[in-house]
Amino acid sequence: MSRPRAQIVGVGETRYARWGRIGDVTEHALACQAIQRAVADAGLSLDDVDGLASFADDRNEAVFLAAELGLPALRFANMVWMPGGGGGCAAVSNAAMAVETDQAEVVVVYRSLCQGQFFRFGTGGMDASAPADPRPPTLQQASSLLLASMGFAMPYGLLMAAAAYALPTRRHMHLYGTTSEQLGRIAVTFREHASRNPRAVMGGRPMTLADHQASPMIADPHRLFDCCLESDGACAVVVTTQERARDLAKRPVEILASEQGAPKGYAFGPFTNANIADELYATGGCEELAGRLYGKAGLGPRDVDVAQIYDHFTGCVLMQLEDYGFCKRGEGGPFVEGGALSWPDGSLPTNTHGGSLSEAYIHGLNHVVEGVRLLRGESTCPVEGAEVCLVTSAACVPSSAVLLGRR
Amino acid sequence: MSARFFPDSMPLPFADAITLPWWQAASEHRLVVQRCTSCEHTRLPPAPICPECRSADSAWKEVSGRGEVYTYTVVHRPIAAGQQLPYVIAVIALEEAGGVRVISNLVDVEPDQLEIGMPVEVVWEDMSADLAIPRFRPTGRQGAP
Repeated sequence: MSRPRAQIVGVGETRYARWGRIGDVTEHALACQAIQRAVADAGLSLDDVDGLASFADDRNEAVFLAAELGLPALRFANMVWMPGGGGGCAAVSNAAMAVETDQAEVVVVYRSLCQGQFFRFGTGGMDASAPADPRPPTLQQASSLLLASMGFAMPYGLLMAAAAYALPTRRHMHLYGTTSEQLGRIAVTFREHASRNPRAVMGGRPMTLADHQASPMIADPHRLFDCCLESDGACAVVVTTQERARDLAKRPVEILASEQGAPKGYAFGPFTNANIADELYATGGCEELAGRLYGKAGLGPRDVDVAQIYDHFTGCVLMQLEDYGFCKRGEGGPFVEGGALSWPDGSLPTNTHGGSLSEAYIHGLNHVVEGVRLLRGESTCPVEGAEVCLVTSAACVPSSAVLLGRR
Repeated sequence: MSARFFPDSMPLPFADAITLPWWQAASEHRLVVQRCTSCEHTRLPPAPICPECRSADSAWKEVSGRGEVYTYTVVHRPIAAGQQLPYVIAVIALEEAGGVRVISNLVDVEPDQLEIGMPVEVVWEDMSADLAIPRFRPTGRQGAP
């Protein structure tokens, strides 16, 4: 492909903390801090930024952030139409489209979360300690298509992500014999990577497979240590044109290809949809997307040196490894059990920052940040000679991914 | 009186004009799927047009309420006040429904007896005079109708 490709030229983040621990800074102020750091990392000024992109129903609207940051002009403001963490790489993709088509020159992708100031994702927004409404239970008027669809999940208690993503994982175990120990191996590996990363919330908390197996059951087969963290923090990524990237502070990282979307009939994935096609149910739903992504870049899974895989839950990591072709369907368990994801000796060092399971849960935009650092040689788990890094966003929902390359 | 399995504090369902007939049928203890009268494709959740042939013509087909467990999770954290733990969320593949599945709960079952493929049948839980929720239990269990 000959078209000029967008580049990532800056990354930055605030401190990461356990949910509720950042109470003294508002979520949008935290977003501003991450954006400033990413722009400074690029060797740019906020006066150079003319676009903002985000995802996952961001509370911190780009138009207000642009005003707070004093951007001279906002030419591009965009949010991905997909739920939750599935849109992180899509936001990067949208930023790339903007700069490649001259809708803007410098677009910052951002994500900020202060769960203590809003609500904990782990609860699904429900408060089980709240007193019951004394009125008799009744049907509610849906104010959105999402709520009408959730009508077929909510009355059964299916609001908690740990339960929703357990459904395809349980079926994967049934079909292929995947075990809890194999899932645990993923969590333990990412914790080991986090132990080298000073930003990681769980950096000082080593975990063994026995610890994983002893952790309390949340939603079978998900034990506590199969579930991602709930974190406060923000991060940001600066995207610009190939031309503008030439003379900046850091070696640019190229967006070799990006893809977003969902297969036919997928809707919100297993969260609300019991009727995903049988052949898609016990997968991350990303196989078609992966094929398009590799096709665009002219690469295949064997060309990927390192991966940052969205790890909301261990089972979703395992199914994505199959979707993206690192092993055959159903062989994710033995693949991870063999140590493939381990830095430095595995065949596919994965989540070199510790991921959402052990660095922080910033809706996976921190995986893009790590992908960039790794290809610059700045990761705390450096992979020598790495040229291609796959970054994925949440699977088992409409998803997205980017292939990053070192120039 | 139908049996009660979950407290009043459970999250309430939302409906719009497209999904309302499904809930109205449920309040009469009828489990229905939406069937395209043009190509016979069955679907849930209800939708304005058939995703296969795009016809807007559809009818509600009542099904037996029997099916089998497609997948499940045993949940150990409460979503609502007063809930008994653990509780089971399952996907049920419905008989006579053209392959349509529903999300629901399994009741009257010990978590360690659960397995994918287990035959189940609907049991209605009247949350109030206007709202009934279909739950499922292993086929052939005695108890409330």
